[in-house]
Amino acid sequence: MHLLVCGGTGCRASESAGIEAKLKSELEKRSLDQSVQVISTGCFGFCEKGPIVKVMPDNTFYTQVTPADAETIVAEHVVKGRRVESLIYTDPSSKEKVEESAKMGFYKKQLRIALRNCGFINPENVDEYIARDGYLALGNIITGMKPQEAIEIMKESGLRGRGGAGFPTGLKWDLTARTEADQKYVVCNADEGDPGAFMDRSILEGDPHSVLEAMAICGYCIGSDKGLIYIRAEYPLAIERLKIALSQAREYGLLGNNIMGTEFSFDIELRYGAGAFVCGEETALIHSMEGLRGEPTLKPPFPSESGYNGKPTNVNNVETLANIPVIYLKGAKWFSSIGTEKSKGTKVFALAGKINNVGLIEVPMGTTLREVIFEIGGGIKDGKKFKSVQTGGPSGGCLTEKHLDTPIDFDNLIAAGSMMGSGGMIVMDEDDCMVSMARYYLEFTVEESCGKCAPCRIGNKRLHELLDHICKGNGKLEDLDRLVNMSNVIKDTSLCGLGQSSPNPVLSTINNFKDEYDAHVTDKKCPAGQCRDLMEYFIIEENCVGCTACARVCPVAAITGERKEPHLINPAICIKCGACMEKCKFDAIIIQ
Amino acid sequence: MSSIKIELRQQDIDKIKEIAASFGNREHELINVLHKCQEHFGYLPAEVQEVVAEELKAPVAKVYGVVSFYSFFTMTPKGKHPISICLGTACYVRGAEKVLDEFKKELSIEVGQTTGNGKFSLSSLRCVGACGLAPVVLVGEKTYGRVAPDDVKNILKEYND
Ligand SMILES: Cc1cc2nc3c(=O)[nH]c(=O)nc-3n(C[C@H](O)[C@H](O)[C@H](O)COP(=O)(O)O)c2cc1C
Ligand code: SF4
Ligand code: FES
Repeated sequence: MHLLVCGGTGCRASESAGIEAKLKSELEKRSLDQSVQVISTGCFGFCEKGPIVKVMPDNTFYTQVTPADAETIVAEHVVKGRRVESLIYTDPSSKEKVEESAKMGFYKKQLRIALRNCGFINPENVDEYIARDGYLALGNIITGMKPQEAIEIMKESGLRGRGGAGFPTGLKWDLTARTEADQKYVVCNADEGDPGAFMDRSILEGDPHSVLEAMAICGYCIGSDKGLIYIRAEYPLAIERLKIALSQAREYGLLGNNIMGTEFSFDIELRYGAGAFVCGEETALIHSMEGLRGEPTLKPPFPSESGYNGKPTNVNNVETLANIPVIYLKGAKWFSSIGTEKSKGTKVFALAGKINNVGLIEVPMGTTLREVIFEIGGGIKDGKKFKSVQTGGPSGGCLTEKHLDTPIDFDNLIAAGSMMGSGGMIVMDEDDCMVSMARYYLEFTVEESCGKCAPCRIGNKRLHELLDHICKGNGKLEDLDRLVNMSNVIKDTSLCGLGQSSPNPVLSTINNFKDEYDAHVTDKKCPAGQCRDLMEYFIIEENCVGCTACARVCPVAAITGERKEPHLINPAICIKCGACMEKCKFDAIIIQ
Repeated sequence: MSSIKIELRQQDIDKIKEIAASFGNREHELINVLHKCQEHFGYLPAEVQEVVAEELKAPVAKVYGVVSFYSFFTMTPKGKHPISICLGTACYVRGAEKVLDEFKKELSIEVGQTTGNGKFSLSSLRCVGACGLAPVVLVGEKTYGRVAPDDVKNILKEYND
């Protein structure tokens, strides 16, 4: 029997390490520690209900486990073979207990390719990866295939880069392979800068070897013996697991000189990012690895011609790489049978925001937003109304009700005015103000612009200022045209992908929520009730019983009224802190 | 550069030299050297940057250019209990800004500052990968999830030492 405990960052933050220790000590107490193994795995994906403990082989899925529950799990489930009912997930709509993960709404529509090992193996033990056919693809390729044959398979599979742009991976390998040079590099982009996305990190934490194996395969194909992983210093757990994986792979001769007794040698080094979103852009990333400021340079030359130290460099994203070993094991046909016509395979999304099941999911391309949000995601939190979903992070746009039945793939999302991006998916409800959201993303861009070119450095700042004015009630009608015009100029004239995509949140919110912008500039109202400067707190006379709770909590004494008489808020004094509304037990205070 | 003037002790200088040497005093290892120095000193004051520049035979301006470019590098010392509030999108839409405002109010400092007694410093960051627990606050190594503005006082109380 195995007890799998989630050791991903989310569950670690809720004491999953304590659960693991407690399970082990309880097993030891009963002298069961030889027959029952406790394994710390990567993320199961169902972060909303973490920490997760899964019992194998009977597949029982326990949610929201605490260290104190560990004893019950051992005493009941392990010893007596009885499931612990109280820890089993209850389906919120049917109110039924669902014991096995495969039957849960969250997992039913998912298909795990890139995440195939996350939550199944101990990422700190290479033997477990090998037991699930790890390094088999590498072995097959370097002992039985010419590089060009392997590249052809990659092309046939139809895999496109998961880092954002969706460039065909096989083609990129081919280009780098064709460039002649004495030294080439394979780079893994693990910078993951989209705020609110944690796909790549979870893969590295849960299945680091799949990335290492894929990098070695790529090295063989393009003729490189050196790999570099550029990872954010903010990801300590992922770094730790990569280090362990690297040393185990070297020990087994799966990396290093003459891998598996062949002529092929390949080794990998780690390089650390230092907190700059633009360093996810491949040319900036390369400069950062060279010890410079991470400023992008014009393409061409593309990294495949001139990259790290001026040598041909193949840059691939973590998730792209995680797909690769299994494509070689199961074949290009198998992979290209999944997905849509031009987007093959699956995509991992970090589902977050106002949604019931926050977590990490992987679905076939072509799944609709409705399926993702309402079936897998379990719908909107607190029974609120769905308003929009942002894909592509700060470079993407918002999608609304009318896009819910669009099959998700690279091209459809672009046609809908957003983009795939790296896979962040933030769901918003009726309480979220779209103007504020655009301002939020622009604030991010302004902070993260490297400052090299004027349209992005200055233009985004102006966009942010305009949005800020509008949110504060100082906007004018003509500002909306200025927003659109300026956005288009920034898109057309910026040097790198950051500036070229940064106005997208502005354009898409104006496109889809024009009325909300209008309300801000003409009526000076925020329909979602989020822009503080446009709100007025108001007491409904009929509901107010005169309990005086609001008047007592108001920090600036803006509320007056006699005991047992309806109270009144003086808008001239009110600082709109909302304390009164929180305090009122009679729903007498509203925002207008 | 930074206004804080500090005097490096000989052992500090030796430490920087040791770090630089471990990377072969190569200029393109600058970022790795800075990471190690920040790990050791907790921050990167101008004086440290000058020694790094000398050891790697790089202009001080280049070192400063790199330090100021990357948000992970800081030139001011952090508090004893550094507080970071996640302002990633998932945390933002679940009300992280209100939590940040509460910390600012309670500590009377702005983001990037340290309290007068050196106890707390305040910073924001973007997504720590625990979006399921949004909004997320880190105090030192400890993660707090689903933080509401009302919880702020109690969190700070835990560090009443
Ligand atoms: C501003 C900006 C940020 C980016 N951030 C990332 C990132 O965090 N991770 C990533 O893999 N790719 C990122 N990219 C895309 C990379 O430039 C590059 O296209 C990608 O790493 C290539 O790998 P792929 O073909 O496997 O997707 C970013 C691009 C831009 C313009
Ligand atoms: S578009 Fe922005 S981030 Fe890109 S090079 Fe120009 S200033 Fe730098
Ligand atoms: S956005 Fe805050 S943890 Fe991800």
